[in-house]
Amino acid sequence: MMKNDASALRWLMALALLLLVGCAHQPVSLYQWGSYQDQVYLYFKGESREAQIQALEKDLQVMQAANRPVPPGLRAHLGMLYAETGNDAKAQENLLAEKASYPESTTYIDLLLKKYQKQVALP
Amino acid sequence: MKNILQILAAAALILMMTGCATTPVAYDYSAYKASKPRSILVLPPVSHAPDIDASPSMLSVATLPLAEAGYYVLPVAPVYETFRQNGVMVAEDAQSIEVRKLREIFGADAALYITVEKYGSVYQVLSSAVIVSADAKLVDLRTGEMLWQGHAQASSAENQNNGGGLLGMLVSAAVNQIVNQVTDRGHQIAGVASVRLLSAGHPSGLLYGPYNPKYEAEK
Repeated sequence: MMKNDASALRWLMALALLLLVGCAHQPVSLYQWGSYQDQVYLYFKGESREAQIQALEKDLQVMQAANRPVPPGLRAHLGMLYAETGNDAKAQENLLAEKASYPESTTYIDLLLKKYQKQVALP
Repeated sequence: MKNILQILAAAALILMMTGCATTPVAYDYSAYKASKPRSILVLPPVSHAPDIDASPSMLSVATLPLAEAGYYVLPVAPVYETFRQNGVMVAEDAQSIEVRKLREIFGADAALYITVEKYGSVYQVLSSAVIVSADAKLVDLRTGEMLWQGHAQASSAENQNNGGGLLGMLVSAAVNQIVNQVTDRGHQIAGVASVRLLSAGHPSGLLYGPYNPKYEAEK
């Protein structure tokens, strides 16, 4: 009787353990996000472009230090901010970085590059 | 004593079999699977909510779940600016542009059309809650074919504990990263709704994309 109780208890504990680990899928995040999603919202809310550039450059440093891939769109967003503040070299650098990391962006990034170059050509 | 243990063990076994089992929903993924989209263009969301923040808020939280699902997401703010600078000022107009034209300009494989149904405070007799609900459909930009559609809602009144799992973790991650800087309740709840609507790996949800290790591993 005692022996049966003990084995049933062991069985129960094994089951409980299975239950605990079975459901907990180890979540794996593909990217570090930093403040990127916030910055997009703040962009639409009219946040200063300089403040956004500062925040995203800091995020980039953290991601690069951790050797984690930069999320899709971040470098393109940063490139747009630089273009809006007149820093065309930095705009181009970030747009090219987006294209290099994500070839899927090529068509659109090429369009942006052309547009920003046109802006440069204007007096 | 022995009987109780046996009953408990049986109960645990049943719980184990049912607790983790995701309810099977007959969703036809055949067009989606054949299309194999790599990149997604998120169009400015159409909003039926009175709050003017609804559309930009939903747009700005769409990238995280889609990218974590494994897709390349066209940068939403530059895309929005491109529409604006070409005279497309409202979401309805952006969403009615023909797919061939969108494909030509943005080069994306698929486009996501979001409609925000509810956004903001709903006043009830005893309490009020912030509710965000939205619909989305994914359309192939090469063929115009609809690949997927879904609906999700989130409310400040519900228990935020999502019962663990990847979706729960993603929800709390989304909330935490939004709470960091923006103390805007509607936007926070939009983050939760967006993760529920646009995450992969749950019944009737999006399929994993090529950047996710689980791509094409689903049955």
